[in-house]
Amino acid sequence: MTWDIVIGIETHVQLTTKTKIFSGASTEFGLPANENACLVSLAYPGTLPVLNKEAVMKAIKFGLAVDAQIAEYSVFARKNYFYPDLPKGYQISQFELPVVNHGYLEINNEGVNKKIRILRAHLEEDAGKSVHGIMDNKTGIDLNRAGTPLLEIVTEPDMSSAKEAIAYAKKLHNLVQWIGICDGNMQEGSFRCDVNVSVKPSGSDKLGTRREIKNLNSFRYMEQAINYEVNWQIEQIEDGHDIIQSTVLFNPDSGETKAMRSKEEANDYRYFPDPDLLPLKISQRDIDLIRSSLGELPEECFKKLTVDYKLNEADASIIVSDKKTYKFYQSLVASGLDAKITANWIVGNLFAKLNDHELSIDDCPIAQEQFILLIKRIMDQTISNNAGKKIFDLLWEDPNQNVDTLIDTLGLKQVSDLSAILPMIDEIIQNNPEMVEQFKSGKDKAFNALVGQVMKISKGKANPGQVSELLKEKLTKS
Amino acid sequence: MKDLSLNELHQGLKNKDFSSVELTQYYLNQIKDLNTDINAFITVDEEKSIQQAQQADQLISQNHISDLTGIPIAQKDIFCASSWKTTCGSKMLDNFYAPYDSKVVDLFNKSGAINLGKTNMDEFAMGSSNETSYYGAVKNPWNLDFVPGGSSGGSAAAVASGMSPAATATDTGGSIRQPASLCNLTGLKPTYGLVSRFGMIAFASSLDQAGPIAKTAEDCALMLNVMADFDERDSTSVKRDKENYTQSLNASIQGKIIGIPKEFFNDELNDDVKIILEKVMQAYQSLGVNFKEISLPNSQLSIPVYYVIAPAEASSNLSRYDGVKFGYRASNYKDLEEMYLKTREEGFGDEVKRRILVGTYVLSAGYYDAYYLKAQKIRRLIADDFTKAFTECDLILAPSSPSTAFKIGDKTEDPVAMYMQDMYTISTNLAGLPAISAPAGFINNMPIGFQLIGNYFEEAKILNFTHLYQSISDWHKYSPGEVL
Amino acid sequence: MALTDKDIKKLSHLAKINISSDDELIVLKKLDGIMKLIDTMQKIDTTDVQPMSHALDIYQTLRDDVVTESNQKEKFLQLGPESNEDYFIVPRVVE
Repeated sequence: MTWDIVIGIETHVQLTTKTKIFSGASTEFGLPANENACLVSLAYPGTLPVLNKEAVMKAIKFGLAVDAQIAEYSVFARKNYFYPDLPKGYQISQFELPVVNHGYLEINNEGVNKKIRILRAHLEEDAGKSVHGIMDNKTGIDLNRAGTPLLEIVTEPDMSSAKEAIAYAKKLHNLVQWIGICDGNMQEGSFRCDVNVSVKPSGSDKLGTRREIKNLNSFRYMEQAINYEVNWQIEQIEDGHDIIQSTVLFNPDSGETKAMRSKEEANDYRYFPDPDLLPLKISQRDIDLIRSSLGELPEECFKKLTVDYKLNEADASIIVSDKKTYKFYQSLVASGLDAKITANWIVGNLFAKLNDHELSIDDCPIAQEQFILLIKRIMDQTISNNAGKKIFDLLWEDPNQNVDTLIDTLGLKQVSDLSAILPMIDEIIQNNPEMVEQFKSGKDKAFNALVGQVMKISKGKANPGQVSELLKEKLTKS
Repeated sequence: MKDLSLNELHQGLKNKDFSSVELTQYYLNQIKDLNTDINAFITVDEEKSIQQAQQADQLISQNHISDLTGIPIAQKDIFCASSWKTTCGSKMLDNFYAPYDSKVVDLFNKSGAINLGKTNMDEFAMGSSNETSYYGAVKNPWNLDFVPGGSSGGSAAAVASGMSPAATATDTGGSIRQPASLCNLTGLKPTYGLVSRFGMIAFASSLDQAGPIAKTAEDCALMLNVMADFDERDSTSVKRDKENYTQSLNASIQGKIIGIPKEFFNDELNDDVKIILEKVMQAYQSLGVNFKEISLPNSQLSIPVYYVIAPAEASSNLSRYDGVKFGYRASNYKDLEEMYLKTREEGFGDEVKRRILVGTYVLSAGYYDAYYLKAQKIRRLIADDFTKAFTECDLILAPSSPSTAFKIGDKTEDPVAMYMQDMYTISTNLAGLPAISAPAGFINNMPIGFQLIGNYFEEAKILNFTHLYQSISDWHKYSPGEVL
Repeated sequence: MALTDKDIKKLSHLAKINISSDDELIVLKKLDGIMKLIDTMQKIDTTDVQPMSHALDIYQTLRDDVVTESNQKEKFLQLGPESNEDYFIVPRVVE
């Protein structure tokens, strides 16, 4: 029997605001416990929530970026349950009338494009944190995070493999950073996914019972968790067991998902409209204003790179995987560099190096103007690509150096002078008659070897393109 | 000093007939003499009050005096006041010293008024007799065997007995007007949103509204001048120009129309109350007012609707009392769940627990539509009735309470009978409208008031009508000693 | 819809209020009386009526994203029923 996998994702995106969603307390991350706990965060009697404008603007921005409807009226509700790090005994969230409805995100998985529908996105407040096992095995409550604005983004169950789920999550992760609503820091919990997984017999109309994998904060874990969960569910059904709707946690050490201890009774959250908050009204003017500040989205940039700059899709998608990279690339091209060579250099060299050192493009030690100069010297054939790599490595080690000085001191200048190259070619042809024979009998490998020989005696300074051209000319004539 | 109005106290302070310290000390002495019997105050802090009075005297000596500068005002213990114990009448907050001022307290402080102490109240403002307080029942100064009404019973008893010139109060279903009625006082519940709720401990957020309890409409106007202010910390606070509520107190009401809702003046209305209200009508007639019968067809459903909405909101509002961040925590528990269960079992009184359970029930899965949503829809119908009625009249006359005060203990075993106390006041809370209760006379030596309901933000009109009534009647001048 | 003792148990659990078995019957009786009062509203037809959540027909005002609160950790922790120098303390939470 074959199975269809059905996946929907709910993502909690922490919005990058200076203050909490309902109070003027700072949202700064990493402070000692409870330093950001204000009267409202602590739910002191008589304190009231007042909505942060910036959080609303960012929610609208997201809605526009996924081509969704922005609700003219939306309502905040209370979700009631007791938990020590939920100070009011209820979470303020949007229930029946969320601010964003019916958008989509297009993913590309192994060359296939697919639209993932976004059902809704709603504003809500984050809870605090519980620290277990302190002071004689008790729990400590830290309310710094309580009240941090979240946008919960909910998809339809449109994904049918772990790979698609990851593609969606990565795309969303890029988008929320691109439009500047989230810092995307998954370690700090700024981007957390709950993944709903179910399986059904292939082609069946009826959805299976789903289990929700909570709080995945890495793409790698997400993929492992989904794959484990899918196999587990299929095994259960094939063994004749029913799947029970439940919430599960992924254990990265064992690589397994496991149902959370089920409460004696199902949660009854008793949602009702929060009487302390009035309906939120969003005018067309506000929407237009935000739309005009949205700027180019990754999708448009990708098109620009592949169509206008003729980059291949792989390079283009790496360049738009992050807004900073894209901007960096654009500024390089704007300074007159060749689009393709620049793309190769960013993807092939710069990124490899940054990844090796686990750095982001912001942390690149090489000054932008030196990087530009380096690519210029390659473009104008002053140095070869290989020499360029050598200089790049040296710049990385000591960013105070200058590209031109390095070319001079290391004698890396490429020889493009015919009178210098031709004698070398003659010499190699003369000394390698067997290879010449092999080339003539149709072996391309032999030709490359001959080019290599010429490069070798030029100590790498000869322009390889030129060498290859001249050599071919000579060999085919003779 | 006991019978002086706020304006007379102001003149006395201004003319240096007495100082704020002397005045405050006078009232503190009254409290010492009377509070043991009446139990109107939960917290009195002589040192703090006198200190504030000294500061007020300094201001007055520099001629920085506004209407309430130097005048002691009792604060209902629902308003957080920085470094004062704020209990809301509950064991849950018995040890709670608020680290902040409510907006109302802040406004009084800024006006130079003196915080005379925190008045007793029904626990979390849930009650109509002031018997649910953790700090014991408040006695009605007109007869100590009787209740003063609730939930602002402490504020009403404090003013009626001469322990305070005026007091703050709150009204969720009648908690200003019913005690005012039972204690021969004037009490105004403003339009929802006129007075900030910040720092006022929530009972039912969409209904709660602060207002004054005082001897006269004029005093209420002076109090409201201080209390009514936009507050950006309360999302439901309404931004509008400040009004001077004393300005139009004497405006003519000749030719105005008072609506008489037929649903209130029916066979169910107590005969004695009916006679009293008819006398009020005669007085207004003499002021040139006309009457018109109006209809509020859905008002009879106010009580069931209120007892869905208020407990629902309360059940959620009171979830924050969990023994984690502040307030009471049970001392014996084996785990977190038991800590919650016992903290809330021991920290809340019976009526509060009942309402939390009712509120939890009407919001729970499977019942939400039948109860909560249904109640919200009827709430709309009730509000629409008023909107329609106000196209035909300026104000609406209604009873304030179904009868005079009842005996302490009479209704404690029957919550539903207790809830009926608010049958004439609740509909205005549901609609969000302003309304006043003012003294209308006595039945068997116990006072009773009449109620005037106005359209949104028509406090000035309500105060004008009431002030003119008080200029041709004497009921508000009676104080307990003279009748007893 | 008459309430049952099962309802009372569920409400006690949801509202986190312990109800001793001695009190259960009294609570049930009084709650049942209140629910009977409430049920009188069922007679009204509310088809097509918009529910009313707020007294006034106004909209939410928004706050500028400006920090207005400062660190008062020490004071707040002192007001907690149980705390150490960093946290409010509760019995261990079992996931």
